[in-house]
Amino acid sequence: MSTLAPVRRWLDERLSLDDLTAPLRKKTVPVHRLTYWYFLGGMTLFLFVVQVCTGMLLLLYYRPTANEAFESVQYITTKVQFGWLVRSIHSWSANLMVFTAFAHMFSVFFLKAYRKPRELTWLTGVLLLFLTLAFGFSGYLLPWNTLAFFATKVGTEVAGQVPLIGKPLLVFLRGGEDVTGATLTRFFGFHVAVLPGIATMLLLTHLLLVQFFGISVPPKLEDEWAENPSKRREMKFFPNFALRELMAWYLALAALGSLAALWPWELGTKADAFASAPAGIRPEWYFMFMFETLKLIPSKILFIDGEVLGILAFGFGGLLLLAVPFIEIRTRRLGSWLLTGAGALVIAYIATMTIYGYLPK
Amino acid sequence: MRTTDIGDVQPLHDSLVQIDGVNPKRRRVLKGILGAGIVASLGSFLYPVLRYLVPPPVADLGGDTVVAGRVGELQPNSSKIFRFGSRPGLLIRTANDEYRALSATCTHLGCTVQYKPDQHRIWCACHNGMFDLAGRNISGPPPRPLEVFDVHVQGDELVVSRKREA
Amino acid sequence: MRNPVRNALMNGSIRRSLLTIAVSLFVCSLAFAAEPAPANKNSCLDCHSLLEENLKVTPEQFAQDVHAGKGLTCASCHGGDPNSDDKAMDKSAGFVGHIRRAQIPALCGKCHADAAYIRRFNPSLRTDQLPQYLTSVHGKKLAQGDEKVAVCTDCHGLHGIRAISDTQSSVHPLNVAKTCSRCHADREYMKSYSIPTDQFAGYSASVHQEALTVRGDLSAPTCTTCHGNHGASPPGVASVENVCSTCHALQAQLFDTSPHKVAFAAAGQPGCVTCHSNHRIIRPTDALLGPGPGSVCSNCHSPGDAGLQAAGQIRTSLEALDTKIGSSDQILKRAASSGMEVSDAQLELGHAKDSSTKARVTLHSFDPKLVQKDVEAGTKITDQAYQAGVQAMHERDYRRMGLGVSLAAILAVLIGLKLWISDSEKKHD
Repeated sequence: MSTLAPVRRWLDERLSLDDLTAPLRKKTVPVHRLTYWYFLGGMTLFLFVVQVCTGMLLLLYYRPTANEAFESVQYITTKVQFGWLVRSIHSWSANLMVFTAFAHMFSVFFLKAYRKPRELTWLTGVLLLFLTLAFGFSGYLLPWNTLAFFATKVGTEVAGQVPLIGKPLLVFLRGGEDVTGATLTRFFGFHVAVLPGIATMLLLTHLLLVQFFGISVPPKLEDEWAENPSKRREMKFFPNFALRELMAWYLALAALGSLAALWPWELGTKADAFASAPAGIRPEWYFMFMFETLKLIPSKILFIDGEVLGILAFGFGGLLLLAVPFIEIRTRRLGSWLLTGAGALVIAYIATMTIYGYLPK
Repeated sequence: MRTTDIGDVQPLHDSLVQIDGVNPKRRRVLKGILGAGIVASLGSFLYPVLRYLVPPPVADLGGDTVVAGRVGELQPNSSKIFRFGSRPGLLIRTANDEYRALSATCTHLGCTVQYKPDQHRIWCACHNGMFDLAGRNISGPPPRPLEVFDVHVQGDELVVSRKREA
Repeated sequence: MRNPVRNALMNGSIRRSLLTIAVSLFVCSLAFAAEPAPANKNSCLDCHSLLEENLKVTPEQFAQDVHAGKGLTCASCHGGDPNSDDKAMDKSAGFVGHIRRAQIPALCGKCHADAAYIRRFNPSLRTDQLPQYLTSVHGKKLAQGDEKVAVCTDCHGLHGIRAISDTQSSVHPLNVAKTCSRCHADREYMKSYSIPTDQFAGYSASVHQEALTVRGDLSAPTCTTCHGNHGASPPGVASVENVCSTCHALQAQLFDTSPHKVAFAAAGQPGCVTCHSNHRIIRPTDALLGPGPGSVCSNCHSPGDAGLQAAGQIRTSLEALDTKIGSSDQILKRAASSGMEVSDAQLELGHAKDSSTKARVTLHSFDPKLVQKDVEAGTKITDQAYQAGVQAMHERDYRRMGLGVSLAAILAVLIGLKLWISDSEKKHD
């Protein structure tokens, strides 16, 4: 609009806006049958922004002590105007974000976008995925209800099983030997300060790297287009792809609003450290596959404690995930197919174990 | 290379992208829908946020502390029921001018107990359970004592709080 | 001789004798060490742990006995000298041998009725068991020569008598009913007596047993609570109400003000038990009340008479309150499951449930007006809770409408964007 023009000119004289925005104007997105997968990264970013906004709103009323946490969440959902909406959107968006983060990671994996020169982007991305899970784990405890209390107890117990550093790790996480009000304070600190700080830095790095290297294309297509440059199809990021992404984000808003209004997040009952654990404690769905795997491992394999072995295996899996760009064998055939196959198996495993966790036993 | 373009894209100074060569009437209708839609949707997002920012009239102190009454509200050797979290509480001003606060939920079958001034005891009307002023179950069916709360006077308010957890 | 001891030790034969004596002493001392010191010897158990069936008493068994823990032995009751294998069953050492059933109460009473003696062990232990026993049905029949009745050992055990507070004791509150039932539920055994044998079966189905075993409420009554333990007798018709009223005081007070008190006494009917039964006291339902089938009122009242009508009135008002509470509960549950926060209202509804409970105590006055007062108090609360539920549902609808509005706006944007994009990109096809 013309009213903004003088403002733009003023800023441009001082900040050279045009120079700053030039790369954005030039940015393109490859168009092929798998282009839709490119929306996932932006979607994850959008949901993160939703989390930050709703999180800041919740911070206005939430109290992070064992005595008041539950009541403050109850207060938000009952007494504060539209507090129920802010809280439910925060909870639903958290779950959706974990889902899109995983989906984004897997799509990048199968599109092999981690290939040189984008290894650093992959690394920062996987770290961001771990951070997302940490956000989920720390945030889950904050309402201080029974389910969260015991899920945290079990989760930190598992962390305590790591060999050598397990006990100090457990004490660090819990702020003591047991899950108490100190744990809540600590998790609150992680969730609203430490993790967002680290995430912001990683996110900025990740986004800058993406802009720097541009959007990658699957290897076969890359070869095709190298041969026949005329076959290459792209669209400008701004405004074409951006408008499409805006549509996706609006759809996400519609989904979040509907979920919050139709299936509001439960409050549960206030945590009581002295009550016995209720039947059917389980972690959130995104930890379910690990939880079920640990339960299935026999208690002793050779001389090693089964649970420790499981934890080490998952730790090793995480390392493998980080190392994917370096594992990828450049031979276009067997090595590449093996890696793709392994990825498919991992998805199948996670899906199966997650569903299995919810089956009545 | 084929680039998908939106017509002749003006430089980024103009925030409104111009479309040339499209039916102007259709363009106007489209802009109208889009504009209205965006304003309406942004409004539907902002309205709850703005309402949310305004603190509600009842500033709850949180479920573990509650103002149970005011000084002078109770006569000596009388009591009142107050709401504590999700359960009833009993506030007693004893004959010696002490304040006691306990859970008013009888530990037998959950009826609400009452203070009996003539006996200086707490009584459950349902099945004749008796508690002393320290909450101990002294007669009748209740199997456990009543939970005792802390009371202290803050200004002219009587503030009841749960015994602090360690 | 310069040194007599030295000289003696130098002498070979003296040395040999000394050595022999030393070795013998050593061997003997070993024997002493191997055997328990004479004070701990129990020759009774030595033999009786090896005997069969009803003569068998093992040290492990006896170690459980409270008496053993206080330093008493077999001889304390049976006489004899447990330290010696010869004198163990010696009549001159006071051995009494097998104690006949009829003599058991007196034997136990020798200590347990002696306050000065028991005071040495437990000053707060009662010492009136024997006099009480003699007033009981068991005691009286025993005095008449009936040895089938219970004596001390039948309930408390014989050689492994545990403290009453021990959960494994046969007279711990949790186990009393089973102990009594050993005889009282045995049809064959009780054939010669004119009393029924269904008490244990009835009690096992009762709320009292449930309170005791399921809810763990040790103050709940068992056989001895109502019948007495040592002075066990069934309460007479006139006293049943007094027994029940030791716990159910309110109901008894109300009953006393009701027309039933005089009517029952005149008809020789016991209070409480007439409607609620004595052993098979099950959780009362509203079906017990009023003119309907399954009610106890119809046992005495004829259809259409004033009493039955009053009962019907009471039942109707109780049921009305419960129905209202039910519907308030329902709407609040629906609101809660739609995500509305209704804990305030649900708490208030709890008070209405209190009124319902209280009304069922008040009904023992059999005065519809009194019951109605309680019902009205409950109804007021229930109605308020219902209103809260209705409001919550309205709030829910309002939210869904709001959602609809924002979804409509979002849809407009989506359509607009889609058209915008396709319009602008069409140009270059």
